Amino acid sequence: MSTENKQFTVSVYTENNIGLLNRISAIFQRRHINIESLNTSPSEIESVSRFTIVVNITESQMKKIIGQIEKQVEVIKAFYHTEDEIIYQESCLFKIKSELLFDERQIQNIIKDSNARIVTVNKQFFVLEKSGRKEEIDLLYRELNVFGIMQFTRSGRVAVTKDEMKISTLLKAFQE
Amino acid sequence: MKETQTINNNSKSTETTERISGSEAVIKCLLAEGVSTLYGYPGGAIMPVYDELYKYQDKIHHVLTRHEQGAAHAAQGYARISGKVGVAMATSGPGATNLITGIADAQIDSTPLVCITGQVGSHLLGSDAFQETDIVGISTPVTKWNCQITEASQIPGAIAKAFYIARSGRPGPVLIDITKNAQFEEFDFKYEKCKGVRSYKPVPKTDETALKAAAELINSAKKPLIVWGQGVILGKAEEEFKAVIEKTGIPSAWTILGASAIPTSHPLNVGMVGMHGNYAPNILTNQCDVLIAIGMRFDDRVTGNLETYAKQAKIIHFEIDPAEIDKNVKTHIAVLGDSKDSLKKLLPLLKSNSHADWHQKFKDLYQIEYNKVIKNDLHPTKDGLTMGEVLKEINIQTEGKAAIVSDVGQHQMIACRYAEFNISKSNITSGGLGTMGFALPAAIGAKMAAPDREVIMIAGDGGYQMNIQELATIFQQKVPVKIVVLNNEFLGMVRQWQQLFFDKRYASTEMVNPDFVTIAKGYHIDAKKVSNRQNLKVAIKEMIECEGPYFLEVRVEKEDNVFPMIPTGASVSDIRLE
Ligand SMILES: Cc1ncc(C[n+]2csc(CCOP(=O)(O)OP(=O)(O)O)c2C)c(N)n1
Repeated sequence: MSTENKQFTVSVYTENNIGLLNRISAIFQRRHINIESLNTSPSEIESVSRFTIVVNITESQMKKIIGQIEKQVEVIKAFYHTEDEIIYQESCLFKIKSELLFDERQIQNIIKDSNARIVTVNKQFFVLEKSGRKEEIDLLYRELNVFGIMQFTRSGRVAVTKDEMKISTLLKAFQE
Repeated sequence: MKETQTINNNSKSTETTERISGSEAVIKCLLAEGVSTLYGYPGGAIMPVYDELYKYQDKIHHVLTRHEQGAAHAAQGYARISGKVGVAMATSGPGATNLITGIADAQIDSTPLVCITGQVGSHLLGSDAFQETDIVGISTPVTKWNCQITEASQIPGAIAKAFYIARSGRPGPVLIDITKNAQFEEFDFKYEKCKGVRSYKPVPKTDETALKAAAELINSAKKPLIVWGQGVILGKAEEEFKAVIEKTGIPSAWTILGASAIPTSHPLNVGMVGMHGNYAPNILTNQCDVLIAIGMRFDDRVTGNLETYAKQAKIIHFEIDPAEIDKNVKTHIAVLGDSKDSLKKLLPLLKSNSHADWHQKFKDLYQIEYNKVIKNDLHPTKDGLTMGEVLKEINIQTEGKAAIVSDVGQHQMIACRYAEFNISKSNITSGGLGTMGFALPAAIGAKMAAPDREVIMIAGDGGYQMNIQELATIFQQKVPVKIVVLNNEFLGMVRQWQQLFFDKRYASTEMVNPDFVTIAKGYHIDAKKVSNRQNLKVAIKEMIECEGPYFLEVRVEKEDNVFPMIPTGASVSDIRLE
């Protein structure tokens, strides 16, 4: 098995439970592994939550960590995926001075070309939203940064897999 | 107490609920789970529960230890000897944090514990209130499961779940933190045992194909070696295990926590693996063709350097916890499942064998270890007493029926190496965490759970003093444990390392000790000190014949070392005899 670090996206289906985030992040922390991004949300199944975690580690580390995550009582199932097994997006917001929108023609082109969306505009500032891959967001950031960004924030990765994950079947099996 | 009846219209059943306080509910839940003894220490945030313990004292025995760490270890000792869930209780803040070492110990040694802690009122959570500490946060990495309860109505469900999780699958400690308001609050109580948790599958299904493949590999092996661990004991699979080894004739070695699953003198028992284990099974780990691991987890103290561990062998791993598969050692065949079930299904697939030539290798290597190490440990010719001869004398006088509760250090390794076990669950020691101070309180719990058994605690002069306050618990509860301190006036195991790897720079390992006999007597415990060989036999006899608790200090050689030894990072086959 490769000993090189790779980017993995982890999907964890869990019961919705206080403290579970702590339990899961502790698994990474204990092994001195940095979490690149983390997102928690409801899943396609009612009352089941989904964590999406991005890490850069070796595949053998990844497998062991999946075992440790699944061992947690309130975790239903954990999967790891490589980049080509998923469709993923990140989302970000830019807050920029409104005057730039009118003074710098270039900005309007950047917005158009990048498929970003203006969420709101007022006299002082406008807010730009962009969803996409990390590289697309990085590019937009670099382009806008030339003109000055008042605030920038970016979400954790959210991802769906190309293959089925069969959580409902699993949940039934648990109850057998 | 007000009784109300709710008639359930859908079915004919009548459920009885009663309106009681959260704290009374805690006691009723414990009783419903069959708890008769628990260990703990009171304080502000758990006082309502103690008030109920007072009312229920004829039904449930609360043992006041002298430190919460003592309570946790006592609960562990109770669980380890009986296979039941141990229960410990403490107040918030320092009471709760004092439990942590015991909880961490139980986690790494898979011991079922339910710990209940009081917490400040829920309106105070997060306000840095007096004795508020985030015990759920602190205990998360060392518990199998934990939760905080802020309403009385959550208590029965949480406690039911706690017991279920603690004892099922691979056992472990759980912690329930109950805010003070939830203890006071009244609600309609009804208890139902937990039968399952949706997201939790305690025992993975045994894969018949893997089992068949394992059987084939075992049948074709020329030089197979079994290494078993506590999984055999926790799975109550002693009989099935014995049947498997007796049919196949495979030499079988044990990890520290696996000791006592079959009698020490069993002809197929080839001794202990690991750092201070026996010569033959360590050396031959690197010569076997199939290594069959049963309910063990390839701890680094067992494997030494992984790069050179059993590389020539095909490895079969019988294991209940999927996360253990390939964690440290890559297996060829993993058989997931409960040990009892897997071994039962394995037996008919196995061919009879005796492996006589292969056994001869173990015997030859044993002889070498005997001449170089064991003879001098058990039949010394020098003046000073050895730890080994104390163990030998205990074996003789208890006919190998005692439960040995050892602490951590040289005496522990000697106890594990030389104690003779004839009854399962008799080697109670802190394996994974190596917690000094474990033995004295654990022995209390063990003796209380198995009053008919002889329970002998063995500690060094260092670890004994880490929870020496529990002598008061022994005195107050009249627990007839036998306390043996093997006094070498050193933190012996650390001193041994300093001698071997730090050019004898004995940094802070020499101990100036109090008069242990006087101290024991101060707690009204009969006590004696023995320093020479002629008096050893009589002293141990006196100890065993004493009906109450007894303290025996044995002055042993100050600078003896424990061998064999695999230095850290070395290969199992580079085990040193001197
Ligand atoms: C709580 C704790 N602190 C420190 C250690 C490190 N340690 C391991 S063995 C040992 C020495 C034990 O000395 P003693 O209890 O006298 O037993 P001996 O080795 O002499 O038999 C020490 C300090 C430990 N295992 N646990």
